[in-house]
Amino acid sequence: MPGQVLEDTLTADSIAADSALAASGDATAFERLYRTHVSRVHTLVRRMLDADEADDVTQDVFIRAWQKLSTFRGESAFGTWLHRLAVNVVLARRKTVGIERGRFISEEEPLEGLKSRPVTPELSMDFEEALARLPEGARQVFVLHDVEGYRHEEIARMLGVVPGTSKSQLHHARMALRRHLER
Amino acid sequence: MNDQWTNRLSEYLDGELDNTERAALEAHLATCGQCYATLGELRQVVARAKSLTDAEPDTDLWPNIRARLTQGSETRRHAPGVARRRFSFTVPQLLAASIALVLLSGSGAWLALESRQSTPAPTVASAPRPRITSVASWTGHTDAAIVDLQTALTQNESRLDTATVRVVRLNLAIIDRAIAEARIALQKDPGNAYLNLHLANTMRRKVDLLRRVNDMAAARS
Repeated sequence: MPGQVLEDTLTADSIAADSALAASGDATAFERLYRTHVSRVHTLVRRMLDADEADDVTQDVFIRAWQKLSTFRGESAFGTWLHRLAVNVVLARRKTVGIERGRFISEEEPLEGLKSRPVTPELSMDFEEALARLPEGARQVFVLHDVEGYRHEEIARMLGVVPGTSKSQLHHARMALRRHLER
Repeated sequence: MNDQWTNRLSEYLDGELDNTERAALEAHLATCGQCYATLGELRQVVARAKSLTDAEPDTDLWPNIRARLTQGSETRRHAPGVARRRFSFTVPQLLAASIALVLLSGSGAWLALESRQSTPAPTVASAPRPRITSVASWTGHTDAAIVDLQTALTQNESRLDTATVRVVRLNLAIIDRAIAEARIALQKDPGNAYLNLHLANTMRRKVDLLRRVNDMAAARS
């Protein structure tokens, strides 16, 4: 068995073991899962919401995971399950804080904050910073589609919009971000 | 720049236009340098998005999470349905994975060579009796790992002193005998969770030993 394949297999097995142990109440195993996955979860949350919410919501994701581990049956990878759960927590947060749906749907929402910025190398924003400045809807669609790999139909279901709106928001986001590619 | 076409560039990029639309847009791109340039930039944005990397939070969130787990433990323990659904993994998954945990840990010390006691994890031991039809169904990855490690040890053994090699061989012989006995017992009772766990722990100990010895030999090269 090639070394890398073996390592990958064993890593996957160890995560499966930890998720099973955590499901039975083993907090130490759950901490190992946290250490393995926190970067991915925290980054997803930070990109989808405001940066100052990322720590709190990441904690909520792991608490929710702990509470729902008994429903995880190992049919998919734990990371996939956790990632989907994180998306759900983020979207629930979005509703809880009252981010109005109308704002999300608006096709006319200007990206002026991004468009008007100078694009000289000295003053240009980092790509991540530009992403953070996108309007909520465009940012979430961009993150889910281009960063996380979800399809428009899935995104539309998650966000409660039609696929056409998801496509439109994605295009707006890309058009805004192309001005902030690192040269 | 023609907005009619510009607004379709992302769909074109994502392969979501039908044949007719795609052909029309490509005809437009052949004559419109601005749309062509924009398409190139959008491609770069998509590529940039795929290259973004994850970053850890600035502060360790685990202490707060751990505290909240403790607060919620009573509620969770008594939540309806939780106990019934707790063990949702097959024992073979648990056993194979528990071996992997040790193989990947990289922790511990040479003192482990002297330790031969096996402590079944209470979580697994208290699980409902699983349905296991064949030992081979879960030992495959570990068997392969052992073969690889033993091959490496054969190549590295000359770097170790004689006394160490003797101790290693003695311990490996003890472990091999325990593995053989467990396999024989499991042939008679393949669904016995304790026997499966005992075999898993013993194989795990062998993997751990082989890995430590290989690490020691590599350190002396």
